[in-house]
Amino acid sequence: MKTQVLIIGGGITGTGLARDLALRGVPCILVEQRDIVAGASGGNHGLLHSGGRYVASDAEAAEECREEGSLLKRLAPHCIEETQGLFVAVPGDDETYIADFPDLCARSRIPAEPVDTDTAMELEPALTPDLIAAYAAEDASVDPFKLALDNIADACRLGAVFVPHIQAVSFESEKKRVLSVRLRNRITGETLSVEPDQVVNAAGAWAGMVANLAGLHLDVVCSKGTLLVTQSRITRRVINRLRKPGDGDILVPGGTVSILGTTSVRVDTPDGCRPTIREVDRIIEEGAAMVPVLADTRYIRAYAGVRPLIGSSGGDDRKVSRGFALLDHAAEGLENFITIAGGKLTTYRLMAEKTADLVCEKLKVSEPCRTRTEPLPPSDTGRWTQPGLAPREWLRSGRNDDLLLCECEMVSRDVVDRIIQSIRDQGGQPTLRAVGLRSRIGKGPCQGGFCSARIAAYMYDIDAVTGNSGLKGLRDFLRERWRGKRPVLWDLAMEQAELQEALHCGLFGLEQ
Amino acid sequence: MKGETRTCDLLIIGTGMAGMAAALFAAKKGITTIQMGLPGEINFASGLLDLMAVHPLGENRPWKNPWACIQALVRDEPVHPYGRIAPEDIRAAFSEITEFLAAFGLPYAGYGSRNVQLLTPAGTVKTTYRVPLSMWKGVEAWRDKPACLLVDFKGMKGFSARQITEIQKPDWPGLRSARIALPGFKGEAYPVTMARALESPDTGTALVEAVKPHLRGESVIGFPAFLGFEDTARLIAFLETELGAQVFEIPTMPPSLGGLRLQRAFEKGLPTLGVQALYQKQVRGVERLASGDFRFESGGADLDTLVRAKGAVLATGRFFGKGLHAGRTGIRETVFGLPVRQPESRTEWHYPDFLSPEGHPVNRAGLETDEWFRPLGKDGTPAYKNLFAAGSILAHQDWTRMKCGSGLAVATAFKAVTGFLSGG
Repeated sequence: MKTQVLIIGGGITGTGLARDLALRGVPCILVEQRDIVAGASGGNHGLLHSGGRYVASDAEAAEECREEGSLLKRLAPHCIEETQGLFVAVPGDDETYIADFPDLCARSRIPAEPVDTDTAMELEPALTPDLIAAYAAEDASVDPFKLALDNIADACRLGAVFVPHIQAVSFESEKKRVLSVRLRNRITGETLSVEPDQVVNAAGAWAGMVANLAGLHLDVVCSKGTLLVTQSRITRRVINRLRKPGDGDILVPGGTVSILGTTSVRVDTPDGCRPTIREVDRIIEEGAAMVPVLADTRYIRAYAGVRPLIGSSGGDDRKVSRGFALLDHAAEGLENFITIAGGKLTTYRLMAEKTADLVCEKLKVSEPCRTRTEPLPPSDTGRWTQPGLAPREWLRSGRNDDLLLCECEMVSRDVVDRIIQSIRDQGGQPTLRAVGLRSRIGKGPCQGGFCSARIAAYMYDIDAVTGNSGLKGLRDFLRERWRGKRPVLWDLAMEQAELQEALHCGLFGLEQ
Repeated sequence: MKGETRTCDLLIIGTGMAGMAAALFAAKKGITTIQMGLPGEINFASGLLDLMAVHPLGENRPWKNPWACIQALVRDEPVHPYGRIAPEDIRAAFSEITEFLAAFGLPYAGYGSRNVQLLTPAGTVKTTYRVPLSMWKGVEAWRDKPACLLVDFKGMKGFSARQITEIQKPDWPGLRSARIALPGFKGEAYPVTMARALESPDTGTALVEAVKPHLRGESVIGFPAFLGFEDTARLIAFLETELGAQVFEIPTMPPSLGGLRLQRAFEKGLPTLGVQALYQKQVRGVERLASGDFRFESGGADLDTLVRAKGAVLATGRFFGKGLHAGRTGIRETVFGLPVRQPESRTEWHYPDFLSPEGHPVNRAGLETDEWFRPLGKDGTPAYKNLFAAGSILAHQDWTRMKCGSGLAVATAFKAVTGFLSGG
């Protein structure tokens, strides 16, 4: 199979790049070893940074955040909730940092208005009464799942091809060029070769492994960050701790929940990363210093993502900023191989633009970037990740024959049908995990304990799964949800977990 | 003083299987018994009565003979609650329960001393000891693999006859599935509503007419456990006559008719034996009197009640039953504040794999007791000479993986009541 561009990695960067290239009329294939945003793109706060967090450490990144944040608010408003943000300091926080903050913000042209502590408490009653400083900033929350799904849906509409569960297994190179890349379907085991004019390594924390396949060395340091999801929304605004970035210092509201994080723990490999109980306890302690109720509130899940930190050794380092790295590997002997890594969710569009510029330069395509002006169209695939949408549609339809399969998040049979159809339209395999990724299923208080079995049964009914595959899908889904549940099992969550074990092990015997 | 004061010999705290069994054994021995606790947990029971099937955990080989399995378990893990009960007492307790349930409309069946296997709603096969009689022909069908039709209903959630046949077809080629719609039923098919509706002769006839066109000469037909609430036997007999085939029920996801029928049988039967059931009350506090008796404070929707009891059986269950409470820093017992044997820290409660066949360490957390199931205090001796514990709150067992839940509940309740009678 031939294509102009092969993109490896279906995170937010890869999907954004596919859309950017598609808008320029450049055909591409995007392959992903698991599913969309399975890595750090789906394992972060979902914070659209105002830039305030980086003013002291990285002014360039701060400015990129400011610029890209306001662009995305205009171009992809359906993925963003304009919550606004507060930077707050508590006794013991570095007073020099607090004092320097307004000037640093001004230098990077990042709006930050001082707010007196009483007003801050009125705006956000959950804040600690011990506040010593507060600034209002333009932070917002963004749904990374929806953003990636919409990017890929638009790219596919324009002719790009997306294939999940595909892993690059080997490269064939000759005369300074990658001739072909061998790909393996991780579900069926089938392999095929693609002969691309250009290869883009957008594999995130896996970028070092992909570079290795091409015979190159890339220093990737993996830093795990763990986050917690609360059962209910704690604040209206994003709350940032006004200090040098550290553990447990950002609380981001998203729909009906809040997300608290994060940590930074070096790990050897991005595979199998999990949130740990110690990290969870640490995040809660730190978070409670800003928002005391975080010590007692109910958490429904923890999750972790791995940030790739790219070293600059080797290769023609065309580092665009300290925020992300765009590497042209021509100097190391491969003219048609590029790596894009690092960066932030907020700056994904800019990263995609710079990468597409380089790809187009190499392909001698002169089409300009359009993602800076062209709004991101909402897609049917992306819309079901939004909390509250499925219930509204269900109530509006008034159909009494459309059963709610997920009762916590009110996801109906009809929504599951549409998600399965969209997975098939993109050439994917409908599994319980794939359906869960594209909806709120398993994300409510029961964390998939009951709806998983109901949806598995329904998937058999409509022939979406056959033989043992649905049962395997159920086990996979339960194991995946467990990674996030295990660190937050106390109070009600422990009761739910026990009931779930009685069902899935006691009755179904799925452990056997 | 609000409410009333009642006195009894023995207060049973809890309305799960262990509490129900303890109330039954106590009442039958002529002990003045009050049972207290919010109803609920038993609704989540499957209706299957497990005794013992898997040992050692991790090997995942269900034993055919539960008694041999118990023997092996007690040899390897003498601290398991079964290690404190004579096998003949376990047998006697189990028989007493099944006889009682049969007398109140819920007969059970099994293979003498052996375990049975039957289909679950997930399409897997479960090993258990006794099944409701309405499920018995399903046990035989699974064993003999005749031509068999599995029927489900439009509007049901969490039950797919097609799922079961898809998973079982390599071993059971004669298994087929069919989905039927009952005239007049729209939207979601709720278990209790369906079961109640099917008790009316018209709906029963409609069911026969709906199933007939799908039959291809099958000699056995399986339905989800919806076949009547109170009078399942009559409905099954009717269906067997009209359809010319044997009929059985398959358990459904909880809360299911399996659990509701158990609850109904106990709630009907226990008062006839003299048990005073306070099912809308929850123990809120306890005081030890100078005489050694307990005085329990209870509350519910209405006025508080005080209960003065010569002894008590703590059958409050684990986390779901609220007998134990898991906090971020540890596990505590909720009524008496008894010491709970538990892993050193939360990091050791669970394994990274939810489906770990070895069973999570926290599953073995619970109350340590003496040989009469009297919970131990901090000093390692019984906390009170007249307080006993029964069921899943006990330490050193993992009932979901060992498949010993009902047996554990019933046998420990039996021993606890015997202990109370013998004066501890």
